[in-house]
Amino acid sequence: MTFALELRDVSKRFGSVEALARASLRVRPGTVHALLGENGAGKTTLMRIAYGAMRPDAGTVFLDGIAANLRSSADAIARGLGMVHQHFALVPAMTVAENVALGMRGRYDAGAAAARVRALGQATGLVLDPGARVETLPVGAQQRVEIVKALARDARVLILDEPTSVLPPGEAEELLRWVRRFRDQGRCVVLITHKLREALGIADDVTVLRRGATILTGPADTLDEPALVAALLGGDEREGPTSSESSATLPPAISPAAILPRGPLPAGNPVATLRHVSITDARGRRALHDASLDVHQGEIVGLAAVEGSGQHELLRLLAGRLTPTAGDVTLPESIAFIPEDRHRDALVLGMTLLENVALRGLGARRGRMPWGELRDSTESLLARFHVRATGPGALARELSGGNQQKLVLGRELSSHPAMVVAENPTRGLDIRAIASVQAQLRAARDAGSAVVLHSSDLDEVLALADRVLVLHDGRVQVVDTPTRERVGRAMLGATIGISSGAAPADVPTAG
Amino acid sequence: MSPRGPARLPAFAGPVPLAILLTAGIVGVVAVVIAASGFDVAPAFAALVRGAVGSPYAIMSATLVRATPLILAGLAVAIAFQGGILNIGAEGQILAGAALGTTVTLLWGRTLGGGAVILALLVAAAGGAAWAAIPAWLRRRFGVLEVISTIMMNFIALYGVGYLVRGPLQEPTRIYPQSPTIPAATQLPMLVPGTRLHVGFGIAVLAALIAWVAIRSHAAGFRLRVVGASPSAAASAGQVDVPAAITRAFLVSGALAGLAGGIEVTGVTYALYENISPGYGYTAIAVALLAGLHPGLVIISGICIGALEAGAAAMQREAGVPLVVVNVVEALIILAIVGARAAIARRERTTVEAGT
Repeated sequence: MTFALELRDVSKRFGSVEALARASLRVRPGTVHALLGENGAGKTTLMRIAYGAMRPDAGTVFLDGIAANLRSSADAIARGLGMVHQHFALVPAMTVAENVALGMRGRYDAGAAAARVRALGQATGLVLDPGARVETLPVGAQQRVEIVKALARDARVLILDEPTSVLPPGEAEELLRWVRRFRDQGRCVVLITHKLREALGIADDVTVLRRGATILTGPADTLDEPALVAALLGGDEREGPTSSESSATLPPAISPAAILPRGPLPAGNPVATLRHVSITDARGRRALHDASLDVHQGEIVGLAAVEGSGQHELLRLLAGRLTPTAGDVTLPESIAFIPEDRHRDALVLGMTLLENVALRGLGARRGRMPWGELRDSTESLLARFHVRATGPGALARELSGGNQQKLVLGRELSSHPAMVVAENPTRGLDIRAIASVQAQLRAARDAGSAVVLHSSDLDEVLALADRVLVLHDGRVQVVDTPTRERVGRAMLGATIGISSGAAPADVPTAG
Repeated sequence: MSPRGPARLPAFAGPVPLAILLTAGIVGVVAVVIAASGFDVAPAFAALVRGAVGSPYAIMSATLVRATPLILAGLAVAIAFQGGILNIGAEGQILAGAALGTTVTLLWGRTLGGGAVILALLVAAAGGAAWAAIPAWLRRRFGVLEVISTIMMNFIALYGVGYLVRGPLQEPTRIYPQSPTIPAATQLPMLVPGTRLHVGFGIAVLAALIAWVAIRSHAAGFRLRVVGASPSAAASAGQVDVPAAITRAFLVSGALAGLAGGIEVTGVTYALYENISPGYGYTAIAVALLAGLHPGLVIISGICIGALEAGAAAMQREAGVPLVVVNVVEALIILAIVGARAAIARRERTTVEAGT
């Protein structure tokens, strides 16, 4: 049988790192193919080779059964491949039509380019305003621009690198529905993902990579989650940092079983209090509207919201990184903040782990830097939080994503903060790292900290939270019996017998 | 976009080996440039070396005197670059400092005597800071790129000094475009009697050492490096007031350059005139980059470039090789460093991508 895309025995080394060791992938025509693997398993490298962005040391790429010697991405595009990277490659200041036309040959005709975007929107259902500037679009729409860009070049095989990780649940489902329709037109999608449920739900075939080699491949209906987990993690490995973590083979975020929050609990003293707080940004957009809430000792407050509902601002407000335009805010002295973009907001990649640990509280620091003490505390932090690194002198850039996040958690949590504010703390991490991060948040809660957690993965919010708040259009609501369905509807603004979180009387207070 | 100050120098970059390496490199480049311009390398070189380090007098009166403004202005550039501020305006800040320093000595030199020198240097530093405050404010308030605004401020300062020495500050005979000679009491004392090496050199070295200690072991210095390396992480993880930190660094940078101008007037020229700085503020960029933005190494790179410029003057006198050869060498040094840094950054990027 001819495969639309086949990679056969592909190997690739980067210095001493063997990224791919005779990995193979076969994509049947007219199918969705899920590519699974932990971080560093080689998924992205394999797809970059398929896309011509990188050349393999050994092995061959076949397109429609013909060996293809791809010299560049342009080669791959010309042969009907399209790829949407996790981090979009769009020009923010340009319009949708200009971005779609970018890289094409010949004269640029604004009218024709706009017409092409409209026509593609009609044909594929990916409707976009051709004249809108990309920087004004929400993430979901930017992703559609990337897909339309690939389709405008007649992509028959579309590679999507963790497309749903940047999307809120509603939009993620919409994208997956679109992927199915695209497949039904006889084209192919390779879906790189971390989410087992997503892979099993949508894919026709599944391939699992581990340490650069193809471990498992087969039709999705012959596979189940335990089989995938076993393939992903490997049976022999016992690298889990602590026994409690290694026993958690499957973190709750990925488990399909609905684990309900503990619900109202004997809460401790409130450590943070917001009363009638509003935030209006520089452009006059109201990000947060008359929000009132209490966060108590020893609870995890889950904050569910679709992208752009004001959670970004609310979390920064709680973390003391933003001042409100109206209302009263009472915050504790020490707050840990785990921002979603750790490369940008949590770490200085070009600096050492020691310097990154010294970053906490730097704004208020005066006088000499106690480098000696900081080195000792960094060393103990690396050990306690199981950060795999050569030592405090290693550069943050040299760590894997999971170890970087462990470093951030260690830095923020080791001083036993009164409150922890975490924004998508497990984004982009592999299963093992996710389990570790979630365990740390629970441990902080059990040690008496108040934890506020937002995740765009609703299952994660439900699995970790003791109490769920929903933020929609800048307004805070409490969901009393937070089932997946009720929370999901509240996130979209549907009214379903929820009590408003705005009235302080509704907030349980303990003396 | 911003010149990422190397937080750590490569392991081989201990001060002494680095100095030897640099000297060897510079000598090679100079030789090639001289030969390429059609001059005999040997006599030209001999003149250059004699002029720079040929005698104790050459070292002290030529090289180290020349190095003094380069060290201070190089320090100004290094501190700004470390904080992610592309201050190309050291030249203008030097001129602002020189003009204000001259004014103070002329106004109060006779009444205050020696005290006027100290006052003049303080005012010169304040003048440099004030000159830097304008682009700093423009950046903070309107997001104006300081690369452009500081260069423009250089021209304003240059023509401003041109106006002063033909107008309010012109010498009494009204013949020469320069200020009167400053009172003897306000001239900086000599560091080594019998030479032209004034105490300004000591001030420059001291400033560099203080900056070294501050960047290495003080919170303010670490803050500066973090703000330069990642403003977003500084604000979010460090809760640093980034705009304030940038403004402060900009002012310190301007003050150091202004001080260089004040020292040049009170220690070397004893008068203000248009060409009081033969591009010290621009050469300072080479000095700072050569030192890897390290405040301590700025002393060494400042002396190296100072020697080069002092030697070039002798080379022109004795072997007829034009002075601009040295400008070519300085430009080549900057290009080599910037190119090498880009290459290293590129290699680091590919290594990181290998991890995914």
